[in-house]
Amino acid sequence: MYIYDAFDRRLLAERVAEFRDQVARRLSGELTEEEFKPLRLMNGVYLQLHAYMLRIAIPYGTLSTRQLRKLAEIARKYDRGYGHFTTRQNIQFHWIKLAELPDAVAELASVGMHGMQTSGNNVRNITTDQWAGVAPDEIEDPRIWAELIRQHVTLHPEFSFMPRKFKIAVGASSRDRAALRIHDMALRLHRDASGKTGFEVMVGGGLGRTPYLAQTIKPFLEKRDALSYVEAVLRTYNQFGRRDNIWKARIKILVHDLGAEAFAKEVEAEWASIKDGALALEPIVVAEIASRFRYPDYEALDDAPPQLAELRRKDRGFDAWVNNCVTNHKAPGYAIVTLALKPEGGTPGDCTAAQMDKLADLADRYSFGEIRVGHEQNLALPHVAQRDLPALWHELNAIGLTRTNVNLISDIISCPGLDYCSLANARSIPIAQEITRRFHDLDRQRNLGRLHINISGCINACGHHHVGHIGILGVEKNGEEFYQITLGGKADENAVLGTLMGPAVPYAQVADVVEDIAAAYLELRQRPDELFVDTVKRLGVEPFRERVYAAR
Amino acid sequence: MPLVENARIVADRYVYVGDDEAIPERVPVIVTAQRFLADPDTLTRRDGSLGVLWPNNRRVAELAPWLGHLAMVALHFPKFRDGRAYSQARLLRETYGFRGMLRATGDVLRDQFHFLLRAGFDSFEVKKQADAHAFAEAASRYSVVYQPTADGRTPALRRRLGEAGPG
Amino acid sequence: MTSPLDQKKIKIAGPVVITANRVGDGAVVYRSPDGGWTTELGGAAVVIDADSARALAEVAVGDDLNAIGAYIAPVKLLPGGHVRPGNLRELIRRGGPTIELPAPLDA
Repeated sequence: MYIYDAFDRRLLAERVAEFRDQVARRLSGELTEEEFKPLRLMNGVYLQLHAYMLRIAIPYGTLSTRQLRKLAEIARKYDRGYGHFTTRQNIQFHWIKLAELPDAVAELASVGMHGMQTSGNNVRNITTDQWAGVAPDEIEDPRIWAELIRQHVTLHPEFSFMPRKFKIAVGASSRDRAALRIHDMALRLHRDASGKTGFEVMVGGGLGRTPYLAQTIKPFLEKRDALSYVEAVLRTYNQFGRRDNIWKARIKILVHDLGAEAFAKEVEAEWASIKDGALALEPIVVAEIASRFRYPDYEALDDAPPQLAELRRKDRGFDAWVNNCVTNHKAPGYAIVTLALKPEGGTPGDCTAAQMDKLADLADRYSFGEIRVGHEQNLALPHVAQRDLPALWHELNAIGLTRTNVNLISDIISCPGLDYCSLANARSIPIAQEITRRFHDLDRQRNLGRLHINISGCINACGHHHVGHIGILGVEKNGEEFYQITLGGKADENAVLGTLMGPAVPYAQVADVVEDIAAAYLELRQRPDELFVDTVKRLGVEPFRERVYAAR
Repeated sequence: MPLVENARIVADRYVYVGDDEAIPERVPVIVTAQRFLADPDTLTRRDGSLGVLWPNNRRVAELAPWLGHLAMVALHFPKFRDGRAYSQARLLRETYGFRGMLRATGDVLRDQFHFLLRAGFDSFEVKKQADAHAFAEAASRYSVVYQPTADGRTPALRRRLGEAGPG
Repeated sequence: MTSPLDQKKIKIAGPVVITANRVGDGAVVYRSPDGGWTTELGGAAVVIDADSARALAEVAVGDDLNAIGAYIAPVKLLPGGHVRPGNLRELIRRGGPTIELPAPLDA
């Protein structure tokens, strides 16, 4: 993982000092709220229903145990003992006091963490997939590029007051685990015909009121040009993005209105004048950043150590866990372990301070001191020796983090919704909780197979409902909570937006409807291994609509 | 509204001239883009410094042919959240090589001084008196920068490689 | 959030209060008759016509030294003078999330 150097630390310290000064000027009245609001947003401080909320960036989802322990401390000292992992690899604390924020922010800075640009009309946390650097199918570690871009856009003098927020994701495999196409801009590392590595650049994705999938405007961008091209895109957006209507201000609207080709032309024209300037990246510059990524000193181990197979034969629970939560690693003899933060009846993505501390201990002993956060709101231990899996499993069992529901129907992605969020129209968490209760039986879940439910409490779509296999959107009708349901969305390399199934459903019926959808799928699928989302693709939503609304 | 240049509050030598007003002789003046483009040749031949107040929703490329004759370009922030003039400033400095004075007008507040300076502004119509007095302090808040701009500061990326220059 | 004053014509359908969040800690507060802010809904100034609501909102919005995000929120008046939140959002703001928070065992 990336190690901060003196420059990074100093910038962060200066930012902390500036924020402390801004808070003081706010509390004294020297700054009005109108003046202060964009400043606090630039540090990730929101006002929610009950309190301020602090959103802390976890760049490309990578955490050290030192950082995780500090998050636990922050949770205990400044919040109510827990944090919430989000769909953008960030963590949120929902009970923060403004007056205490400068101290909390200073403590975070001591471990290289911050809330800079996790809100506001600037470039937000750069995300990748949580298996970056360890997935076998990657061509190289995308986090190096995410870090280069992250530094470039941090406190960028030109792009701190854009029309709207800007989200960038970086990928490095043909399997898209980072939901690239729902981002304002995505860069995907790949090889051209000659074997050279470069980026496919996509722009104009985004969910919300008018969802769009990103379009490719540059099939192959050389590594040398990564920063200058990002600059050209941002400059084009900053100048020409709409500022008259908050719902039309994202780059996706600009790309759609101009057309991808015209937009690309505009970018190319700007890029032509800067590509050979100060932003051109020589290999030595990239190498310097790469050199500060520490990789584990992997032992030379064999795959499939015998004690693993033996325990899998003897213990069905362990076997189920390996099947569901353990995936292949690029280093022989190692594995990636996913920890679902989706307990039955619990809030998706929540993690208590006690759990964080225990996980930090486990990560120190079993994962070279590193944890990952995924946009599915689950965690991962990225460097576990296969021979350690039995011991790790026993310890995870003891703290209740071995639920084998990863990618299954109860592995729900959900925004905080009306229980927390001032933008929401309806609650999302209780919907998720009830669904997990209905489907608590793991055999039943396994029978249904991979099935992603995404829940958003309002049209801002922080739960990414548009790209859920089942997407659930909370709306308000005559003071009551109703839910629109879409089917067939996908967030991967074959990204597609879901299709509305039928009229919105009242709060009390949502879990019933999900059960009906599941039943319909079992009836309609061609074979047991035809995924739900593929059944929807094959048949459309009509047969589901018929069955769900027949009795309603 | 205090004017800040070189981190100090200074008197404004320039006079804003309305579109219907006569332009005074030999006095530094600022005219609107509209007035300027109506007769740029006459205006640039006038004896006296000339500044143009350029709107933030027009490409500065339109002004490019005359930049060599302009002593000042004034850019505008209708609200500080509207950051188009940052791009305009950088284009003027870095793409078009404008060396004259670049003035920030409109909703110019303390917490943007650092960004404004980096973008190439060197003259500031500051909204609040208190902010004008705090200019030097606010402008020197950051000793580390990540991006190269025309201000010549060496970005961290380069300093790590041992490249010299002001940080 | 749109400021209540951005609306050209404020329409209210029943009794309302002005609610906001306290600057220091973000706690939910209500504008009280004495021009301060209270965390108790029972101590809130209740108005029943649009003009009074607008006037109250204007003053409240201007008091951003103490509270932010002020807006007009519906309430229900029960017999005996008890004031209750008038919709789900206000219920949640007053009572907290409707879900159990993760137990901070050693918080």
